[in-house]
Amino acid sequence: MSTDVKEKEVAIQEKEPLFSAKNRKLITDPLDAKNPITVQVLGICSALAVTVQLKPALVMAISVIAVMAFSSLFISLLRNTIPARIRIIVQLAVVATAVTLVNEVLKAYAYDVSKQLSVFVGLIITNCIVMGRLEAFALANKPWPSVLDAIGNGLGYGVILVIVAFFRELLGSGSLFGYKVFEAIGLSYPGNGLMMIPAGAAITLGIVIWVQRWRNGYVEEA
Amino acid sequence: MRQSNLYLVIYAAALTAICGALLAFTSESLKPKQKANQEIERKTIILKTAGLDLAQWSDVQKLYEERVKSYVVNHNGEVVDGVDAEAVEIAKEFKKPVEERLLPVYEVSNEQGEVVAYVLPMYGNGLWDAIWGYIALAPDMNTIVGVNFDHKSETPGLGARITTEEVQKRFVGKKIFNEKDEIVGVEMQKGEVGNEAYANDPHKVDGMSGATLTGKGVNQMIYDYMKAYERFLRSKRTTQNA
Repeated sequence: MSTDVKEKEVAIQEKEPLFSAKNRKLITDPLDAKNPITVQVLGICSALAVTVQLKPALVMAISVIAVMAFSSLFISLLRNTIPARIRIIVQLAVVATAVTLVNEVLKAYAYDVSKQLSVFVGLIITNCIVMGRLEAFALANKPWPSVLDAIGNGLGYGVILVIVAFFRELLGSGSLFGYKVFEAIGLSYPGNGLMMIPAGAAITLGIVIWVQRWRNGYVEEA
Repeated sequence: MRQSNLYLVIYAAALTAICGALLAFTSESLKPKQKANQEIERKTIILKTAGLDLAQWSDVQKLYEERVKSYVVNHNGEVVDGVDAEAVEIAKEFKKPVEERLLPVYEVSNEQGEVVAYVLPMYGNGLWDAIWGYIALAPDMNTIVGVNFDHKSETPGLGARITTEEVQKRFVGKKIFNEKDEIVGVEMQKGEVGNEAYANDPHKVDGMSGATLTGKGVNQMIYDYMKAYERFLRSKRTTQNA
């Protein structure tokens, strides 16, 4: 799947000077080789919690991407003014503001989903991926690469979320986006309760990580 | 310069002010929309608790206007004039002594205009924080048509199960009054034996394993509010029998 994405982006970016080869890597690397969930194993908590169905998983992914892009942009713009001693607090304030904004917007325009996501929108603040990228990248780079890096990592997170949610909704309740797949092709499917609970997410995610690392030949250094 | 204390303080203060202003502005401008969403949710819950199948209705707002008649009664069961039942805040009323509470009643009718259920709001204390909900009584003012519970911070997977249909449907068909015509409410039991348990006992429902204290909160809430509405319930019953 990730190769498709790469090809598509290459096609668009040839006309776009802003997307140099280096910048492209900022987006594509976190999708696969440097994926924040499967390789760095960050942001697991919410990946387990909001993946019972595809719809909340997708909204969560979009929310995280929005929060990351917004906060990376601002931290990067401010990077030369932020006093080193309070930089973590500054990052936290910016992230918290972005998260609260997203939460308010969801409550106004996607009330059902915001109820399903409940505390997990607020908990984006504590998602290690967000502050990890601010600290590791946005603080030292110009705004444009920072935003790309944030979007790339957000996408890397979102892709895994959607994959896990796809299997959990399909196997757990026999539907996709609430559409009963098995009934549509004339089969009755009783639903697998294990997939509905976080344990099912842990198993699914474990398998995803396994497949990913086997494919990439990634081994953790001891 | 960037390391001086004065710079630090000014920087932090300015950042706080900007973030605060931004949040305040968003919150204010989105409030009407959020309030409207909450209204629709509240109306949906009332209709659902009364046993209406909402799947075939796209416009909850319209359905609510057609089918629901709301008014406020006091502890003596008398209708209080000039108070909008839709605007009564149950959480605030809960803090007042029972005798002074405004008690909203939502009469839900079927297509023929006959009242099928009286939906009454409830409020109480769970294990950790507030719980609330609605109870829908059949026109005999005794049989439960449906209940709906929500909570602020009961334990997920344990007490928070009161929000699930699985737990709520255990209350359907149970009775509020005993044979001696006293209000006893419905008692959620300790321990969980299965959904068919207590099928023959009109005042008991199966408990939630690991959430006995939330169950107790629910029991207390139902009992308290049935007591608060007692005179209203009795008055409605006699007018119908007569």
